[in-house]
Amino acid sequence: MAGIALRNVSKAFGMQHVIPCIDLDIGDGELVVFVGPSGCGKSTLLRLIAGLEDATSGQVLIDGRDVTQLAPAQRGLSMVFQSYALYPHMSVRDNIAFPLRMMGMERATVERKVADAARVLNLQDYLDRKPRELSGGQRQRVAIGRAIVREPVAFLFDEPLSNLDAALRVSMRMEIARLHQQFGTTMIYVTHDQTEAMTLADRIVVLNHGRVEQVGTPLQLYRHPASRFVAGFIGSPRMNLIEGPEAARHGAATVGIRPENLVLSDHSGRWQGRVSLAEHLGSDTYVHVDVEGVGALTARAAGDFDVRHGGRVWLTPDEASLHRFDGEGRCVTASEVDHVR
Amino acid sequence: MAGRHGRNKLVFTALAWVLALLVFFPLLWTLLTSFKTEGEAVAIPPKFLFFDWTLENYAEVWERTDYLRHLRNSIIISLGSTLIGLAVAIPAAWAMAFSPTRSTRTVLLWMLSTRMLPAVGVLVPVYLLFKQAGLLDSRSGLVLILMLTNLPIMVWMLYTYFREIPREILEAARMDGATPLRELAYVLAPMALPGIASTLLLNVILAWNESFWTLNLTAASTGPLTAFIASFSAPEGLFYARLSAASMLAIAPIVVLGWLSQKQLVRGLTFGAVK
Repeated sequence: MAGIALRNVSKAFGMQHVIPCIDLDIGDGELVVFVGPSGCGKSTLLRLIAGLEDATSGQVLIDGRDVTQLAPAQRGLSMVFQSYALYPHMSVRDNIAFPLRMMGMERATVERKVADAARVLNLQDYLDRKPRELSGGQRQRVAIGRAIVREPVAFLFDEPLSNLDAALRVSMRMEIARLHQQFGTTMIYVTHDQTEAMTLADRIVVLNHGRVEQVGTPLQLYRHPASRFVAGFIGSPRMNLIEGPEAARHGAATVGIRPENLVLSDHSGRWQGRVSLAEHLGSDTYVHVDVEGVGALTARAAGDFDVRHGGRVWLTPDEASLHRFDGEGRCVTASEVDHVR
Repeated sequence: MAGRHGRNKLVFTALAWVLALLVFFPLLWTLLTSFKTEGEAVAIPPKFLFFDWTLENYAEVWERTDYLRHLRNSIIISLGSTLIGLAVAIPAAWAMAFSPTRSTRTVLLWMLSTRMLPAVGVLVPVYLLFKQAGLLDSRSGLVLILMLTNLPIMVWMLYTYFREIPREILEAARMDGATPLRELAYVLAPMALPGIASTLLLNVILAWNESFWTLNLTAASTGPLTAFIASFSAPEGLFYARLSAASMLAIAPIVVLGWLSQKQLVRGLTFGAVK
């Protein structure tokens, strides 16, 4: 197990600066999720840590040791790829054993470790199959098995669940969380899915255009987003972001309000609007409302809220839960707004 | 709908047969001529099947020349040039496919452009170089020149196959501790085996059929089967039946090889065409 640190790490492909400059500390045994939209540099950052890309400048430290110039295998890390990256001509057994064989480990030890990994991941019955004879979930478990046997100082996951269907994604997510609890090894997990980030992470690193927007626990990011970008990215359904006169009334360029902080009523409230869509999920109702002068808002009501498309509703924001952002998208507190006034 | 589909299939099948027969006909005619007497070989109107079948041409060819020596030369030259070529082309294509630089594409095009140059254009310098190096009329000289002339095709073919292999698999191997050589041996080569096999087959065939360099750089002792056929169109004039028998003997091994490996060849040549 080891902590990982990035010191002034940057990466450019030709003239294109994918990662301008990043400083980051990942604690020993921590599960950190890099999250952000496509092209934000999260996979590149992971590959820099893995050694699959060379940093243009800066240092990558693992357990305090500078590994920037070391080859991937010498960094003591294991990586699980989005496409599984299994060796198609090898059986499951040989796939899992491959890193151990590359280490020159004795045959008996290799067999024991492969059996152990297969047991942990419930792959005992598939050891002699080829990857093409497995389902997506089983393939991903083999990829995880291959990562586990090396007993790495940290695991790197590059969007490992993206190729799986929704149900399998949930169960694999739980499996990864279980593995983290079981081994306690440092994990860095890259995803564009904020739900995955929220459910798995000890800490989330939100990236945008190669820069760190915010680092924090899932609830810190949810409750106190540092920027308009983080506010819009974390949370599902998304935070409502309101601009114009309504935002100006609160002394901000943009105000944000989470769907659960809008109180829905069928007879009175601050804003009146027309329902464009009502999603009845049983446990919750998501009501999408067009409010004149404010814009399209989403409100969440607990349980079933009886409303249909075209119906009239009233929305009232919980003032204490409003998030204010300045013209550059930075979060400003209500007291800062008052101070400026 | 089904009727029209069936009719289309019939037309395409008939067309395919006609084309195949057109391509195959010269070979069939040479085969038939090899069993005729010299008189029947030039008879007008030509005799197709109804003639006195004879093996005397084969017997004469066998007695007059050292067929086995030429066959041995052909095998050594075509296999030797291809295997050495592969040893050079595999790492070259691997580097180009997985660590491309800005000039990789240009290098590939330049390599291929050397194939477009008429060989006769460099005959004199190559001849003089070979003479200086003592490589004239030597099997090693032919292995060298055929390896060099076929190398661009080998690199291109292998580059195309390697590009189809997901980069992540090689990166996984690197993460798993494979050195470049082990990555090549344990991961890339087994995955690209169909591509490597078809490159090998195609280049053996190309080297086997190559006649420009084999005729110009050899004399008696190291000539492969192309030189063996050429020796039958010698000063005494053309003897079609005997020449046909010699031709059939020269191409038989490669026809058999091509026949046995046609599945592999087609698979290799269409590799990457569809996912």
